[in-house]
Amino acid sequence: MERFALTVNGAVREIEADPATPLVYVLRNRLGLVGAKLGCGLEQCGACAVIADGEKVLSCVRAVSEFSGSEIVTLEGLAGDGEYSPVQRAFLETGAAQCGYCTGGLIVALTAYLETAPEPDRQGAIAALDGHLCRCGAHADVLRAIDRLLAEGEDGA
Amino acid sequence: MAPNPSLEKNPSLDRWLAIGPGETVAVRSGKVDIGQRISTAVAMLVADELDIDPARVETVRTETGLSPDEGITSGSYSMTQTGEAVRRAAATARRHLLDRAARLLDVDPATLEVDDGTIQSRATNRQTSYWELAAGEPFGIDVDADAPLKPRAALRHVGTPATARDMADIVRGSPHFLPDMSRPGMLHARMVRPPHYHARLEALDPAVPDRLAGEGVRVVRDGSFLAVAAEDEFQAAKAAQRLAAAAVWDKGDGLATGDIYESLRRNQRVSLPVVDGAPVEAPVPPQGDPPDGAAVTLEARYERPYQMHASLGPSAAMAEFDDGRLTILSHSQGIYFLRAALAETFAMAPGAIRIVHAPGAGCYGHNGADDAALDAAIVARALPGTPVLLKWTREEEHAWEPYGTCMSMDLRASLDPGGKIVAWSHESFGDTFMMRPRPGPDRIGPARLLSTRFLDEPLDPPVMGPAMGPHIGIHRNLDPLYDLPGKRLVKHLVRGMPLRVSALRSLGAYANVFAIESFMDELAAEAGVDPVAFRLDHLSDPRGRAVIEAAAERLDPSGADCPEGRGRGIAFSRYKNIAAYAAVVIEVSVTDAAEIRLERCAIAADAGEIVDRAGLAAQLEGGAVQAASWTLHEAVAFDRDGITSRDWESYPILGFDNVPEFETVLVDPGREPFLGAGEATAGPTAAAIANAVHAATGLRLRRIPFTPDAVRAAALA
Ligand code: FES
Ligand code: FES
Repeated sequence: MERFALTVNGAVREIEADPATPLVYVLRNRLGLVGAKLGCGLEQCGACAVIADGEKVLSCVRAVSEFSGSEIVTLEGLAGDGEYSPVQRAFLETGAAQCGYCTGGLIVALTAYLETAPEPDRQGAIAALDGHLCRCGAHADVLRAIDRLLAEGEDGA
Repeated sequence: MAPNPSLEKNPSLDRWLAIGPGETVAVRSGKVDIGQRISTAVAMLVADELDIDPARVETVRTETGLSPDEGITSGSYSMTQTGEAVRRAAATARRHLLDRAARLLDVDPATLEVDDGTIQSRATNRQTSYWELAAGEPFGIDVDADAPLKPRAALRHVGTPATARDMADIVRGSPHFLPDMSRPGMLHARMVRPPHYHARLEALDPAVPDRLAGEGVRVVRDGSFLAVAAEDEFQAAKAAQRLAAAAVWDKGDGLATGDIYESLRRNQRVSLPVVDGAPVEAPVPPQGDPPDGAAVTLEARYERPYQMHASLGPSAAMAEFDDGRLTILSHSQGIYFLRAALAETFAMAPGAIRIVHAPGAGCYGHNGADDAALDAAIVARALPGTPVLLKWTREEEHAWEPYGTCMSMDLRASLDPGGKIVAWSHESFGDTFMMRPRPGPDRIGPARLLSTRFLDEPLDPPVMGPAMGPHIGIHRNLDPLYDLPGKRLVKHLVRGMPLRVSALRSLGAYANVFAIESFMDELAAEAGVDPVAFRLDHLSDPRGRAVIEAAAERLDPSGADCPEGRGRGIAFSRYKNIAAYAAVVIEVSVTDAAEIRLERCAIAADAGEIVDRAGLAAQLEGGAVQAASWTLHEAVAFDRDGITSRDWESYPILGFDNVPEFETVLVDPGREPFLGAGEATAGPTAAAIANAVHAATGLRLRRIPFTPDAVRAAALA
């Protein structure tokens, strides 16, 4: 057991854990942040994605100790209480989820992409979802959400 | 009204609906929301019948003892049974409440109007409300299955696209799924699985469980059933790995290897003719000579491998055993059946078990949900007073869920000189789809739960008899909707197949429609008739014709306007010949690497009266995407030592980089009974892809999946 200070969604959180614990367990079980899902634990499905220092990372294998100096943002931290980030709103309004198990990972991945891509486009957004799986087949609605986001971006919204 | 089993089993209005405190209406459903958005549709139906805002409708979680028993959430019956039942329940409640309001206000009920629950008479300015009249009070009457519904023109919500309930929680990451739940004092549990179905625990180095116990890990063993539980989830995961390393398994003969398609032909089997969609106890008619008048006779064999549900979230359950009572959170699709099977397993009274549904990741049929509930219950019974959250791993989900059986279909048909089908034969071979833990004789309920075969007193997995109803199991959609003379239809239930199987979305319909609709194109080509015209020539059902025409209008299957190098294909079916009609047109290209790219897809469907347009479209498109994934990529692999499809690399599925542009047409037939739609596009999608690949390349692919290797092999053949 070791003590760590993690910066998650803007707040510093002190935890004591086995340093090898994959980040997703700490987020879900210690910090009560269940937006990141455990889908495979093998870095193969994308359900556990979070943002660390502005980049999308998978949280199901990498140890919590690797993140002690990072700024972590989870699905819960993308918007203020009771609010939606633009990507969350696009998913909500296009109904881009069926069971919703993959959804958080997709939203996190697209958020990271839109914030870092100099000229975001559809192809880039789809490439940002590489490694993300959806078993329900919500793909068509997810692409509609992407189109809506890109159109909003062009309108300067 | 057609009889509705949900209402027949649960006639009391109070079972379905209650005027709750806080000016809400609580609705209970026995079908669970598995991402098909039944709760969204239910809220729309109730809101319209009662004239209230949908936000006032509270869809109560499903639990044994309180919710109506509606069997299993399957077969695309959510709308036909639950939707219809709830709508009539709301109509009955409205009539009852308005009668009471009329008496209270001393007016004619016909003068009453409702606005968001407030009841007002045009004859007086006095008013009352549902909440004043009935909050917290039982109705004490039965649902009138013929209660008059509001006219369609007066509906405000039904027929619009709705925002799905729970969507806000999902996009914000609020606790929603079963594995998101926790309880004070809860332990995390993990299983230690044998290498395969037939392995048994031979020895366990006792030093390891002792060491684990010293670290506060609880080890639970019952025969070859092995599990660990610990306060910390990572600790439990590591302990499971250590315990697995300490276990020695007797692997017996291992899994039967050999070509599955040969096994389908060679193994012992039960063969029955199928008449009007259902098997009959009669000898199978011999395959005779083509009839007089046959100009040409074609034969073809089509095949699909074992495929998995492969839910994105591994199965899980929470269980607590306290004071002789078992409480379980489960994402099972059939909590009453599960309760009966668990009661029998543990020799407990069903009333001592309470199962509450909590959402899991999408399941698409009978996946590991029920099995995980048993696993959690076994661990919880060993640790009384402690809530246990047991999660399967990805590997377990892939290797232990019950798959959809492999199938093989032999088709033969004769055409007359005018291009009309004059004889039709279709034989389907496969294992059972009927392995849900439904109670029955010989402890068959418990025996269908995975871990009972590993207990100290093990149960043998049952050998199922042939399913006999219309359009179930292997013979779902074996009988085509086309007008065909001289149909010879046969179902072969094959014994001794190697892998664990059960219900996978659409059951045999996926394979049968793939075969029928591929064969229709082969026949059309032989007859020299365009595939749309050929289908219409053999189809009198007007609603079937309408969806074929609507899909073909959006995306011309002839490919006349198709870019160079691409091809289009169409396919059609009416799910179970009684549920939704769907036609699918797909445009594909094939890359130099022999990869099939899905370019465009038009779907036209008639699912009866439309309730939630968005939910309906999502079911149709989602079913098509999933079927496209099955068709292009998926086959469960195994060898003597067990399943080798153990993760997403060894069992790849369709990604976001190969999604066609969809155009989905919802044909609105007006006020017609709801027709289940969740499984309607699976079969047509597979055949539309095969037909499109043929149009693009001239290659006829008859064995799923259409991987680059399969495409190359067909090109060389
Ligand atoms: S859970 Fe991390 S990628 Fe699947
Ligand atoms: S919505 Fe269910 S896995 Fe994507």
